[in-house]
This record gives sequence, structure tokens and C-alpha cells, in this order.
Amino acid sequence: MELETKIYQKENNLSPGNLLKQSLGDIYRSRFLARQLAERDIKAQYRQSYLGIIWAFITPLATAAVWVFLNMSGTIQVTDTGIPYPVYAFTGTLLWSIMREAINSPATSTSSARGILSKINFPKEALIISGIYKLLFNSSIKILLLVALVFLFGIGFHWSLLLLPFVILGALLFGTTIGLFLTPISMLYKDVGKVVGMGFSFLMYITPVVYPVPGEGIMRTVMEINPFTPIILTSRDLITGASPDYLAYYFVVLAATVPLFLLALMAYRISIPIIVERSN
Amino acid sequence: MSQELKNHKQQTPNNEVLVKVENLSKKFCKDLKTSLWYGVQDLVSNLKGNKTERELRDQEFWAVKEISFELRRGECLGLIGHNGAGKSTLLKILNGLINPDAGKVTIRGRVGALIELGAGFNGILTGRENIYNNGAILGFSRKEINEKLDEIIDFAEIQEFIDMPVQNYSSGMKVRLGFAIAAQMEPDVLLIDEVLAVGDLGFVLKCFKTIDKILPNTAIIFVSHSMPMISRICNQIILMEKGLTKFQGDDVAKAIDLYYQSFVNNESNVVFDDGSLSLEDIKLLDPQSGEATNQLNWGEDLSLYFSFKLNRTFQESPIFKIIIFDKEQRPVAILKENDKNETIAIKNNIIQFVVSHKNIQLSKGVYTLNLLVAEGRIQAPLLRTNGILTFQIIHEDEIWPPFLLESSFT
Repeated sequence: MELETKIYQKENNLSPGNLLKQSLGDIYRSRFLARQLAERDIKAQYRQSYLGIIWAFITPLATAAVWVFLNMSGTIQVTDTGIPYPVYAFTGTLLWSIMREAINSPATSTSSARGILSKINFPKEALIISGIYKLLFNSSIKILLLVALVFLFGIGFHWSLLLLPFVILGALLFGTTIGLFLTPISMLYKDVGKVVGMGFSFLMYITPVVYPVPGEGIMRTVMEINPFTPIILTSRDLITGASPDYLAYYFVVLAATVPLFLLALMAYRISIPIIVERSN
Repeated sequence: MSQELKNHKQQTPNNEVLVKVENLSKKFCKDLKTSLWYGVQDLVSNLKGNKTERELRDQEFWAVKEISFELRRGECLGLIGHNGAGKSTLLKILNGLINPDAGKVTIRGRVGALIELGAGFNGILTGRENIYNNGAILGFSRKEINEKLDEIIDFAEIQEFIDMPVQNYSSGMKVRLGFAIAAQMEPDVLLIDEVLAVGDLGFVLKCFKTIDKILPNTAIIFVSHSMPMISRICNQIILMEKGLTKFQGDDVAKAIDLYYQSFVNNESNVVFDDGSLSLEDIKLLDPQSGEATNQLNWGEDLSLYFSFKLNRTFQESPIFKIIIFDKEQRPVAILKENDKNETIAIKNNIIQFVVSHKNIQLSKGVYTLNLLVAEGRIQAPLLRTNGILTFQIIHEDEIWPPFLLESSFT
């Protein structure tokens, strides 16, 4: 039997093509590990909690409730959203929480594996994939909740709802890609995570999460450039059955995400030894 | 090309080189903030391909410097050295966890590491569930684990508790379970770092049995501070000191001697002293010349000269106990104490005598003496000093037991 040969040296002699091939190969080889890690974390999370899954969506629901209250009490006048405002706010905050979780996912997974990263050599890509599995699990529960809310407010069923999982999948990939680019540096400096957390709370206000894109002005320009806008809006339009205005931009974002994701994977693979060396 | 082909043909499965390390070096940084900043720079240079020569930057030092060796299937390399000598760093590089700063490692075959047992265990989950977690990290597939599950549980001897959360396991049980899973690996190269130190005797024996079983088909690199373990399984050795190779070769005994010598501390330390007397002089006397020496041939007579200064008057001579310790700080013998009724002469508050032992049969090695002086029927201690003298017994045979006894076969 031919033995696999590994070479460790300072120089990184791999061409990007080979690097990518190895990375994708490791993802395939570690599919069981990725699933096992996700299963472990999900099980452990719920076994030690009575409210369990409720914690996953209580924050976005609370945020939405605040906005619904502000709007209904007349404190803040939100321009017409075309659908009942509570539906608009709840879909917005839940989708936003999915995005936020997706961005944090690679760093969280890597960080929680710090202990074994410095002891055992295993395909690190499994951490990213297990993060995606966990995202899929949490997101599907949030989406079920969303759909229930939609029916509750009498929006009714639309065939477009069946496309929602694909759009969410794209959204998760987009979020994970951003997170993956930030992971190497955020493993070294805690500051990065703080900045991302803070930046994200501001980002929400230039994304149509709790209010729609205004008709004109600087805010409209900013929101239309913001790549999160087409993701949130397309998802929401599919849920409520409206015609997705930003579908073209969504596809542009998605088309950019795929190569960027592969690039981020390569950067991650190269950075891991340095993270293990410097921050363990 | 034909040469290569020929070489390949000559290789039997048992002597192929599995691990080849060439001039391996690794540097670390002493300051965290600087280290993190260098990390950012390295991230960038890694992405660019990282071809430039690496020099020591400010605050950096070589943790591993120019280590080279080759290891074949069936061989076991012991890595010994003080704490911080670079052993674990070297192991991490071999395991591919961190990249070297210079040099090259070539490893053929499946690499297994016994560096941390039970990696990936989650305390809340049961032992059974964690077998899958840890197994997955070690690279097993679900099918493989399913097949080996019973064997793992039997090996760990925790059938009764296998469905209990792992957080309620004792540390020994966790290690047992971790080892039971790891023992299922069939590696070509196995890296072991000090994991066998934990666990009870039964467990350690079991570990060795497993290692003995896989050794013929594996190249093992073994890091340990336990010299008996090293001498038991290693046939090659590297003694590291401050990142450098201090000794390398197949003379395991010599390396172990050097390792122990690096600990020899010629200063004696007083453990207890009530002030009534003090040790003025101690000498090992050469059997031929009677001069002070620190070496004896095996089978010669041991003669120790002592001189004490007394700080008060004594009714009778105190009792002198001289204990011999080996290099592992195990007590191996005690010289029979002086008889109370035989008074040793005291002159001008000085008490001096020679203690002798005929035909010393301690095995080759370095020994130290501890001294205990006591008084009276209840043997109240007066003075206790460790390491008053270090001497060496010379003999051609290297043996592990502390005594090499004269014998005749009839």
C-alpha cells in the first residue's frame, strides 16, 4: 500500500490550486467529524438547559417587539412596509440574527476548539463545516417560527416560500465567508471580535431590518449598496409572497460569495498553524 | 532513475524511513503582545509564500534549533531533556500543528498522536457518545467506531459507567477511555508525549502492552521524563538542551547518564540542624592511595572519611546514618550505623572517623549520600543533610537494578 507523505517546512510551496484541492479534500474526508462535532455541541447545548431552543430566538423577538411597540405607540413613524408591521419587524430581526450568527460561526467554532487544535492534528475545515451544520439547525428552527408568525398574521401560503431555504443557504454562506476572513486575525486579537460585534449593531440600521429602504436621500444610496440588503429583502419577499425587487443584486452577492468562500478557506488553512502557535 | 527503482526494491517493509527530520528549527517569542504582532506579520508572509530566510527578531529565541534524525519502522526514538528543552515543540512540529521556521520534516504514513487523551470530550455527554466525538477527531469513521465500540469499552474497563456523563468520571477513567479509543489507531508513526504518566499501575502496564504490540510496525517518538520507560522502549535517543541536540545516537544508557548528570547538584542542602554539630569535611578515599576521589571501581572497598565539629559536649557519640541514593533519588542502601557502645574518640571538639564497606557491589552509575545524625535512645535528630557527596561506580556493564551482585554458577 502506498503511504501518504506529508512534508512540513517553512515555505508554503503549494500552488493555490493544490491548496484548494487539499482543503476541499479535507472537507470531504472529515464529513463525519464535522457532523459529529455539530451533533455534540447541539446535544450538549440542549441537555443542559430547560428552555433550550427558546434562547436562540428570544433576543431577535424582543428587539422586534420593541420596534413594534415604538411603531404602534406612534413614537416612531415607519414608512409603509406593504405588510403588517409586526411581520416586517419579526422577519427582519430573525433574518438578521441568522446573519449575525453566521458571521460569528467560524470564529466561535475555531475558538472553542483551541484546546484540541494545539494537541491533535485533524482537518480544521471540519470546524467550519460543523459551524455551518449548527447554523442550519438553528436557522431552520428560526424559519419555522417565522413561517408560523406569517400564518398567524394572515399572510397565508405562497409557493415562493419553498424557495426560502435556498436563499437562506446563500445567506449563511455569505455570512460564513465574511466570518471566515475575519477568523485568523480575530483569533490573535480579541479586539477584532469586539469591533465586529459593535459594527454589526450599527450595520443593522443601514439594512432594511426594522424599517424599509427610504424612497430617496443618502440613506437610500447606502442601503442599496449594502450587500446585506438584498439578502434580507429577498428572504422577506419570499416569505410574504411579494415580488423580490433585489433578486438581481442577491445573485450578484451570491456569485461573489462562492469564490470568496474558497479564498477564505485557503487563507484559513494557511493561518491555522500560526494561530495554534501564537494564541494557545 | 534505475538507482531509485533498485533502492525501492531493496526496501523490506521493516526498514523504510518513515520520519525524516532535517535541520529543523523553531523560534518562539518571549513577549505576548510582540508575539501576536509577529503572528500578524507571519500571516501576511505565509499568504505570500514565505520564501525568505528567517532571522531572530527582537524578543525571540530558538526553542528548537537544527534537529535532524531519521526513524524507521520498528524503531523508537526517545526525546529527553529538562523542562523547556524543546521536546514538546518538536513533537508539535512533527504532528503538523505548527510550522517550522527552518528545516524540513518528511513523514510517511498515518500519524497518530498520544499527546492528549480524550480530545473533544464533552463533559455533559455520556461516555458512549464521547467515544464517537473523540474517535471522529482521531480520524475514525462512524462505521469503524461502531465496529470497535465494544472493544473500546472493554479495554477501558468502564462498562458500568459508559452511559454516565463524562464529567462525573474520575480523571483516571477519562484517561482510560481516551487511551482505549486511541489504542484502536493503527498508525505508521506514533507520537507520545508524557500521557502515560497518569493512571494507575494497571493502566500503565496495559499501555505498554499496547505499545509493545504496535511497535514492530510503527516508528515511535516518545517524550518522557521517566528514564525507566525510555530505556524500556527506546532504541534511539536525543537529549535536548535549550533547543539544541546535546546527545544523539543509539547509546540510550549514555544519554540517560548525561541527562542525570545535568541534574547533579554538588551543593549539599541541610534539611535539619539543631546546632549541636556541623559537618566539616567528607571525603571518599581512594582504596589504593587513600587520597580523596569521586570514583570507585565496582568491587572495591568504599571508605568515607568524616569530620564533624561539635558545638556542645556529648555524653556518648551520636549515631551516624549514611544513606545511599541513586540518580533517580531512590534510596538503594544504608550503611549500618555505628554501635552506641563503641565510642568514637572526640578530640578538641572534633569528631572524625572513617566508615568502610568492603567490596561494594552497587551497579554502574552515579550515587549520592544523605547523612542523618541522631542521639540517644529515642534517636532525636541532630543534623540531616542531603547530597553530602556524589560519587560514581565504574563498571563496563550497564544494568538497571541498583546492585550487581557477585555470583558464581556451579
